[in-house]
Amino acid sequence: MTTRDPQTLEQNVSPNPDNFSANLDKRYTIDIIFAIAVWTAVVIAIIVLASLLIDVAIDGLPTLDWGFLSNFPSRKPEQAGMKSAIFGSIWMMVTVAVVAFPLGVGAGIFLEEFAADTWFAKLIEININNLAGVPSIIYGLLGLMVFVRLLEPITGGRSLLSGALTESLLILPIIIVATREALRAVPDSLRQAGFALGATRWQVVREQVFPIAIPGILTGMILALSRAIGETAPLITIGALTFISFLPENLQSPFTVMPIQIYNWVSRPQTEFHDIAASGIIVLMVMLLVMNACAIFLRNKFQRRF
Amino acid sequence: MTVDLPSTNTDLWKPNRVLNRRIETSVKVLFGAFAFVSVATTIGIVFTLIFETFEFFLDDFFREKLAEQVGRPIEGLWGDIQTFLYSLRHFLTDTKWTPLFSSAQFGIFVLISATVMTSGIAVLVALPLGLLSAICLSEYATLRTRSILKPILEILAGVPTVVYGYFALLFVTPLLQNFIPVQGFNALSAGIVLGIMITPMVASLSEDAIFAVPRSLRDGAYALGATKRETIISVVLPAALSGIVSSLILAISRAIGETMIVTLAAGQNPRLGFNPTVPVMTMTAFIVQVSLGDTPAGSLAYKTIYAVGMTLFLITLVLNIFSFWFVRRFREKYE
Repeated sequence: MTTRDPQTLEQNVSPNPDNFSANLDKRYTIDIIFAIAVWTAVVIAIIVLASLLIDVAIDGLPTLDWGFLSNFPSRKPEQAGMKSAIFGSIWMMVTVAVVAFPLGVGAGIFLEEFAADTWFAKLIEININNLAGVPSIIYGLLGLMVFVRLLEPITGGRSLLSGALTESLLILPIIIVATREALRAVPDSLRQAGFALGATRWQVVREQVFPIAIPGILTGMILALSRAIGETAPLITIGALTFISFLPENLQSPFTVMPIQIYNWVSRPQTEFHDIAASGIIVLMVMLLVMNACAIFLRNKFQRRF
Repeated sequence: MTVDLPSTNTDLWKPNRVLNRRIETSVKVLFGAFAFVSVATTIGIVFTLIFETFEFFLDDFFREKLAEQVGRPIEGLWGDIQTFLYSLRHFLTDTKWTPLFSSAQFGIFVLISATVMTSGIAVLVALPLGLLSAICLSEYATLRTRSILKPILEILAGVPTVVYGYFALLFVTPLLQNFIPVQGFNALSAGIVLGIMITPMVASLSEDAIFAVPRSLRDGAYALGATKRETIISVVLPAALSGIVSSLILAISRAIGETMIVTLAAGQNPRLGFNPTVPVMTMTAFIVQVSLGDTPAGSLAYKTIYAVGMTLFLITLVLNIFSFWFVRRFREKYE
C-alpha cells in the first residue's frame, strides 16, 4: 500500500470553480431570517403571557372586592365569593406541608447521607424519574382507591385529609429532589470535620449539614406547595365538592379549593360567572406570586457559597 | 514547677455511645421508610390500576352480554377468560363511547383519538415555539436578556392549568372564531393552549441540552466557514438531539395527561375522528366527568375510569421508556 502524495492528489482533481461558490449574500439573508424567527418565538411567548394576564385582569378586577373574598359561593354571581375555597386551600396547604415536609426531607436525607450509591438509592432515583412522568390525574385515581375507600375510617372518605395525602404523594418527588440538591451543595469537609470530632452520622446531619441546607430545602418546599395549590385534577377525582358554603372544621370535612371553585365557575354557561372566575384566578395567581417571591427571597438571602 | 491540672471529673464526659447508636439506627430506619413511600406510591398506582381494570373487564355487564350472545350462562375460570377477551375486544374495537347510556359501548379509541388530536396540535405549537426559544436563549440572547427571558418562561410554566383552561375557553376560542368556524368547545383551542403550556418545558430542557454542547464544536464549524445559522442547524442541534427529543417526549406525555385545559375547552362529547373544530372528549376529560357525578364505588362507571386511567398510564409509560431509551442510545458525551 502506498501513501498518496498530496501533490499528485491535487493535480488529479481539477477544481471546478463553479462547484464552490460561497454565495455569502444568500446565506447571510437566510441567517437573518432565522434570527428573526428565533426572536419571534420568544416574543410570541411573551405576548401570550401578557395577553393571558391582561385578559384575566380586565375580566376579573371589576368584580374583585372584599365581598368576593368574604362570601360563600352562591347561585347568584353578584353574591358569590370564594371564602370556603380560600380557607380550603389554606387548610390543604398546611396539611400537605405537615405531611410532605418530614416525608420528603427525611427521604432526601436518607438517600443523600445514609444510603448514597446503594442499590436502594438507585432504585428510588429511577422510581422518582418515573413518577415525574405520571399524569397527576392518575394520582387522583390512586387517592380515590387508597385514601377515600380503603382508609375511609381514618380519612373520612372524600375529605380534606384524603386530598392532602394525595397531593403530598404528588409533590413528594419534587421535595426529595430539592432536598438532595440542597444537601449535595454542602461541602464534604464540614461532614468530615464533624466525624473527626466523634459525631455520629445523624449528629453531623442534624447539627452541621441540615442547618446549612435548610434555605435550599425550604425553597424547594415552597415551589412544591405552589404546585400543589394550583393542582385541580387529582382533587376532582378524589371527590372534592364544587359547591361548599361552610368552612372546613377538621381534617375529615368535605372541602373545596380555589382551582376547583374556579373550574366550577368557568364551566358554567353564564358570563357573570366567567368574570368572577377571573377574579378567583387573580386571587390564586397573587397567592402563587407571593409564594414564589418568598422562595426567591429565601434563596437569595440565605444562600451560602463554599 | 508543675501546673495544677483542673481535676478532670470523668462523670462530666459520658459519651452515651449505646444511645447514639440506637438513635442512629432508628433515624436510618425511619428515613428509609420515608424514602420507601415513593416506591410504595408506584406500586400502589400500578396495583390499583390493574385491580380495577380487571374488575372492569370482568364486569357482569359484559358477562351478561356475552351470555346473551352465546345463549348460555358464562361461569367458572374459563368463563372469566372468555368475558375478559370479549370485553377487551370491545374496548379496543368499538367505535362509540357511551358508558353512561343503557346500551353502553366502550370504544377507548374514541377517547384516544381526541387525546391524540389535542396533544398533536400541542406539539405543532410547542415544538417550533419551544425549540426556537431554546435556541434564542442559549445562542442569540445576551446574558442580560437571558436573565430576563428565563423567568418569563418560568412564570408560564408555573401558571395553574385551570387558568390555562379559562384562557383557552374564554380567550383563544373567541379569537379563533373570528377567523375559522369553530364551535364553542373545540379541540383546536384546547390543543393550542396545551402547546403553550408545554412550551416552557420543551424550551428549558432543550436549552439545557443545547447549552451543554461544547464551544469547541461551534468554533470548529465557524472555522470551516459556516454561518451562525448553519452552525446551529447542522452542528449544535444534532449534537443536542437526544436532549431535545427527550424534552419533547416528556412534554408530549405531559400534554396527554393534562386534564383541566381539555376538560374546559375541548368539551365533553365522545367522538371518533380528527376534526379539530368540534367538541371532543379526551381520556382525562372522561375521568373528570365521571368523578364530578355521584358515582358509587363498584359501579361500572366507577370501574371505567380506572380502565381509562390504565390506558392513559400505559401510554405515558411507553413514552417515558422510549425517551429513556432514546437518550441512552443517542446521547453524545463531551469532555
